[in-house]
Amino acid sequence: MINVTINDIKLKVPEGTTILDAAKMANINIPTLCHLNLHDIKMVNRTASCRVCLVEVEGRRNLAPACATECFEGMVIKTNTKRAIRARRTMVELLLSDHPTDCLVCEKNGNCDLQKIAADLGIRQIRFEGEQSTYEKDSSSGALYRNPDKCIMCRRCETMCNEVQTCSVYSAVDRGFETVVGPAFNLPMLDTQCTFCGQCVSVCPTAALTEVSYVQDVWNALHDPDKYVIVQTAPAIRVALGEEFGLKPGTIVTGKMVAALRRLGFKKVFDTDFAADVTIVEESKEFIDRLNGKGRLPILTSCCPSWVKFIEHQFPELLDIPSTCKSPHMMFGAIAKTYFAEKFNIPADKIVVVSVMPCIAKKYEIQREELKSDGVENVDYVITTREFAKMIREAGIDFTKLPDEDFDNPLGESTGASVIFGTTGGVIEAALRTAYEWVTGETLQDVEFHGVRGFEDGLKEATVKLKDMELKIGVAHGLGNARRLLEDIRDGKRFYHAIEIMACPGGCIDGGGQPYHHGNLEIVKARMNAIYEEDRRKPIRKSHENPAVIKLYQEYLGEYGGHKAHKILHTHYTPRETI
Amino acid sequence: MAKYDVDSEKLKRLEDYIDSIEQKEGALIGVLYKAQEIFGYLPKDVQLFIARKLKIPAAKVFGVTTFYSYFTMEPRGKHVINVCMGTACFVKGADKVLEELRKQLNITEGNMSPDGMFTVDSLRCVGACGLAPVVMVDGKVYGRVKVEDVKAILDEYREGGSTQ
Ligand code: SF4
Ligand code: SF4
Ligand code: SF4
Ligand code: FES
Repeated sequence: MINVTINDIKLKVPEGTTILDAAKMANINIPTLCHLNLHDIKMVNRTASCRVCLVEVEGRRNLAPACATECFEGMVIKTNTKRAIRARRTMVELLLSDHPTDCLVCEKNGNCDLQKIAADLGIRQIRFEGEQSTYEKDSSSGALYRNPDKCIMCRRCETMCNEVQTCSVYSAVDRGFETVVGPAFNLPMLDTQCTFCGQCVSVCPTAALTEVSYVQDVWNALHDPDKYVIVQTAPAIRVALGEEFGLKPGTIVTGKMVAALRRLGFKKVFDTDFAADVTIVEESKEFIDRLNGKGRLPILTSCCPSWVKFIEHQFPELLDIPSTCKSPHMMFGAIAKTYFAEKFNIPADKIVVVSVMPCIAKKYEIQREELKSDGVENVDYVITTREFAKMIREAGIDFTKLPDEDFDNPLGESTGASVIFGTTGGVIEAALRTAYEWVTGETLQDVEFHGVRGFEDGLKEATVKLKDMELKIGVAHGLGNARRLLEDIRDGKRFYHAIEIMACPGGCIDGGGQPYHHGNLEIVKARMNAIYEEDRRKPIRKSHENPAVIKLYQEYLGEYGGHKAHKILHTHYTPRETI
Repeated sequence: MAKYDVDSEKLKRLEDYIDSIEQKEGALIGVLYKAQEIFGYLPKDVQLFIARKLKIPAAKVFGVTTFYSYFTMEPRGKHVINVCMGTACFVKGADKVLEELRKQLNITEGNMSPDGMFTVDSLRCVGACGLAPVVMVDGKVYGRVKVEDVKAILDEYREGGSTQ
């Protein structure tokens, strides 16, 4: 421990503590912008590029960036001297001199760290008039929107993409005033190895990285009398949406969410969870077939389109191990435009399927050729939790005052197994609940598999006894962890029977389309707890017991994993190159 | 499975060079240098090849290529000819000299002669107006250049004397 003094407060801190962290211990707030410490997923952005955290250190001529300067024994720090405050203001003014000032019409308005710091520091005018750099905007992927004009070169995106996701899409390109953070050869993002996980969007402090928005398209469809617009919501929405309306993180708002969707004008409000139950019966069937020698082990879950794109680029030699199941919302789209259309006598081409997702990758996924039927997309639009919240506000709905309402039938019925799809470990746990009963013929007494749960470990392992067999289960969340796992499998260093991978740290609850957490991962943990709470509340907690799913197979699909099920619910993968 | 849209013989030379490096870590700048020596410039596919061969992200290779002004992504001829297009030179017919250079070098598109020997560019005023029109080849200055002089200048740089 070493002794430091901050603004006359004496305290002891462990060696290696930064001035910023020491100040926090003394309840002193130092403004920061580029700095980001996501301790739980082991990411720290230390570029120290913005210099808005400058403080005075006794005996040092220059001001020190608090986020990147370690304390030393006897250090005397002053955070609020005239000189420090002026320097911080100047740094922000310099940033603003090369930044568009169109906050009023900016998609990050009210959620932007740069805007907040300008307000916090009381900036009222920009003293420096600089040349504004302008770059090409990119929406090529239909998922991720890049507007480098708004980039402040903090390089959080690069740190996230390189270190946590190991996709290394971005680099600082060019030099001097022209420098920008961008992909190789200034390629459109669609032509890179980007997986569209959106984690860079989650940490970008400004609107330099956001999602491609489809709010207007959804409004247009809703107002088109010739269209029959239905909606599905992913499990992770109901535990995060409340945050957008000031509710405590982890508040479960399922009923209000359904009510809001109805008031927006959707003809039917359905649940992706229904399709997640379908995914589980299909995947469990496939798993058991593979256990019986039909196909290769391990089986990998395939619910996350970002992770699918990752394996296509990074491990094209392993494309025979992911399950061929489509992701749940794609299954939903396919079922809606066939079974539902026929059952309710609605022409499939009038049906517009909107997915409300925590995810940016799903915006890309719906455009994949092999997921279309005769060139028509099975899901027409994907909007994120954030976009959904915008629509609620735009429609003038007082969200917190809404009554609780129920999903429509039949594609709204779901089980606890499908709810937990929204968190890391959830898909494999749901599959275990079904596979266990199908293999053993016994009823599973305790449906909770705690070994696969949790946020802190990026790689989790568990062993489950299935009759006389010991099933080895692996779980990875965050693509860097997925890479480690896949390398070991490729090199024969580890063996598993089944693996679950989700691209986002924590799973979809921390998806790239969720309400911004601004670096506070406690919010994500609260969402995870809420997911398990919702599971416990459900009367049915196993996918194969979902009556609506059983009916779907009886009335329409036939056998689990049968011919028709394969045609509608399964897909294939494409090897891609690294770039 | 990867296909690279560049001269395969040159690519092989680059590959051999990379294979001969024992310590691949930190070798990027040296490899880019060598690649530019072999190809004369660093097109996208050469950078991609290097990235995959050294197992480093393409974005990083591109970042380094664009950071150092020494590296170029545009092909450059063996000799670089610059024609001054400042007012004085222009008035004295620099445009005609430029036209003649391009004609004699068979340049129809871009700036490089098809044989890769010359790149022809124009410059803004180089400050040698007394010598207008001015042409520079690899930094050597030629003053009061007339259309008729073009062939003789080019011949100086053509290996083994005149070929056409
Ligand atoms: S794009 Fe966003 S996260 Fe990346 S460097 Fe620019 S401002 Fe920072
Ligand atoms: S979306 Fe994901 S993979 Fe793509 S650049 Fe951002 S962090 Fe990297
Ligand atoms: S983990 Fe979930 S939110 Fe994240 S990319 Fe995958 S499917 Fe989307
Ligand atoms: S927050 Fe410390 S330099 Fe940016």
